[in-house]
Amino acid sequence: MNKELAKNFASGHSACAGCGFPAIVRAILNESPDPVVVSNATGCLEVTSTLYPYTAWKTPYIHSAFENASATISGVERAHKALRKKGKVPKKIKFVVFGGDGGTYDIGLQSLSGALERGHDFVYVVYDNGGYMNTGNQRSSATPYGANTETTPVGKESFGKVEMRKNLMEIVNAHHIKYAAQANVAYLNDLKKKAKKAFETEGPAFLSVFSPCTNNWKFPTSQYVNIAKLATETNFWPLFEIEDGKYKINWATEKPKPVEEFLQTQGRFKHLFSEKYKPTLEEVKKIVQDEWKKLVDKTE
Amino acid sequence: MSQNNKNRIALTGGAAAAEALKQIEPDVMAVYPITPQTTIIEAYAKFKADGEVATEVIEVESEHSAISACVGSSAAGARTVTATSSQGLALMNEILYIASGMRLPILMVVSARALSAPINIHGDHSDVMGARDAGWIQIFSENAQEMYDNTIIGMKLAEKTKLPVMAIMDGFNTSHSVENLEILSKEQVQKFVGEFAPEKYLLDVEHPVTFGPLALQNSYFEFKVQQEEAMGKATREYLKIAKEFEKLSGRKKDFFEAYKLEDAEQVIILAGSTAGTTKDVVDKMRKHDKKVGLLKINLFRPFPLKEIIAVLKDVKSIAVMERAISSGTYPPIYNDIVNGLYQAGENKNIQSIVYSLGGRDIFAKDIEKVFEDLINDKITKEIKYIGIKE
Repeated sequence: MNKELAKNFASGHSACAGCGFPAIVRAILNESPDPVVVSNATGCLEVTSTLYPYTAWKTPYIHSAFENASATISGVERAHKALRKKGKVPKKIKFVVFGGDGGTYDIGLQSLSGALERGHDFVYVVYDNGGYMNTGNQRSSATPYGANTETTPVGKESFGKVEMRKNLMEIVNAHHIKYAAQANVAYLNDLKKKAKKAFETEGPAFLSVFSPCTNNWKFPTSQYVNIAKLATETNFWPLFEIEDGKYKINWATEKPKPVEEFLQTQGRFKHLFSEKYKPTLEEVKKIVQDEWKKLVDKTE
Repeated sequence: MSQNNKNRIALTGGAAAAEALKQIEPDVMAVYPITPQTTIIEAYAKFKADGEVATEVIEVESEHSAISACVGSSAAGARTVTATSSQGLALMNEILYIASGMRLPILMVVSARALSAPINIHGDHSDVMGARDAGWIQIFSENAQEMYDNTIIGMKLAEKTKLPVMAIMDGFNTSHSVENLEILSKEQVQKFVGEFAPEKYLLDVEHPVTFGPLALQNSYFEFKVQQEEAMGKATREYLKIAKEFEKLSGRKKDFFEAYKLEDAEQVIILAGSTAGTTKDVVDKMRKHDKKVGLLKINLFRPFPLKEIIAVLKDVKSIAVMERAISSGTYPPIYNDIVNGLYQAGENKNIQSIVYSLGGRDIFAKDIEKVFEDLINDKITKEIKYIGIKE
């Protein structure tokens, strides 16, 4: 493997073939101008990269628990401040958190909010695969409407998840942070640009990155980039930035592809294409259109 | 003032802890308010505001985040402290095990308080007893002086053993009572605790380490056994550091305080502020030729079992008085003592007593009654609850 590419996160980890996060982790960390310390919430990334006595991390790394990755980095960042004042740690260091959507939208939300509000100098990255994939595909508050998961199974009286995804970007923006962006593993150059900006930001910066899960979205491992690309091309996952509270869309087209093109690539949405669930499919399409319109309105 | 560099000062237990922390001047302190601990972090915030300390104080949004930030800070290589009580300690519970499992020398001052429900802000030991299996060293304090001392001893002990330490006082009884105590100079404290120089830490970017890996069936067990070996060794390390502190301060330090135990026939064992009243009762009863004594627990985890059992050798009967319930069985110290006696092959009459939950008052007459019951062989296998309404 390309040594430069793997300089922070080595090969040999046990993430699934076709998983999005190894590329996300590498793309982001390699944009840091300074050494990086990583705090990681419990989840797929943590279990597949730290199986004792091995570690894929070539950069200092701490995993404490599921819900406290932001609080943990708060301590690391302030320790750095204290030890730098004493001259014990001469180097500038960047601090990064990686969490899945469960560890970010749900159980880690308070810890994230606290760290954003306190203004620690760190970059928070959520790799969003829309559910608790490490524990085998349970719904999270990032799971899309209509998705079939183990805890929102499709059945006689169920069409899958009933609720819309939580709008985390708005919650993050409500903390008055200088930089937040939504990115996608299929658009690596865009992701790198955003990572660079995030590292340049003084104080907290936030990146929400689309990360397909081959196992639980149920698609062939070769397809993760194509599927991620479709998410943006259908406006299911728009690419945008919020700089000092101002929204900017980074990718748009006159004619977005029909959402069905994205949905039909995955087993979790398979039921939406039967006659019975037509209304659910219509609702999914409406949600995507409405959310896109709301986003566009925010840019004006 | 008998010795050099000593100051006498009137402080509450909370202020005494804050004073000790100021003299230690940790790199990082992560804090969240809760009664009756809050006076400590308020006092420290004032020290910081007045430029008396350079500590990075992180005002987090919960106790869970307080201890989590401490884990990050300590792993990063900074001398790290926090303080809490009651629900705060209960909320920290998950991360207590992570702090000790990662062998992080965090110092926590605990102003021990009752646990909900029903909610009660007053002192007892339910919170710290609930954390006794979390892999933390636990040291009890009788009064503000001991709180001050144990804060300083605790910091050094944590860093020597690579184990986190709770320095504990009784909420309100000690934390909010003003006492006259003797403090060291900042220079003495700084010299005593020394520099914190961890071998491996996150900010050493030239030597990257992974903290908190996944350890499965083939390695987890060894981690936990090694941690327990470290806890075992901490017993000796505590004594060594306590004796160094004794030399520095002139105040006697040991695993426990043996008050008039030499020829005692009836003994009360307890931890915390009730020791003061009990000593008065012992003195009074001794005047009437009652051979009674007190064993006050200082170091509770690791439990200095052999040493404690050794001083109880010639004792006829014992009452273990505790401010905590261990639901469904006997309270914690009683269980430890019975275990020790059994191992030593000694069969003594021993009474379990629970008292003063949620700050219920206990009086000298109550303690006298405990001794009288021991003298008159009114000893049962049932737990006795002192002062409970019929």
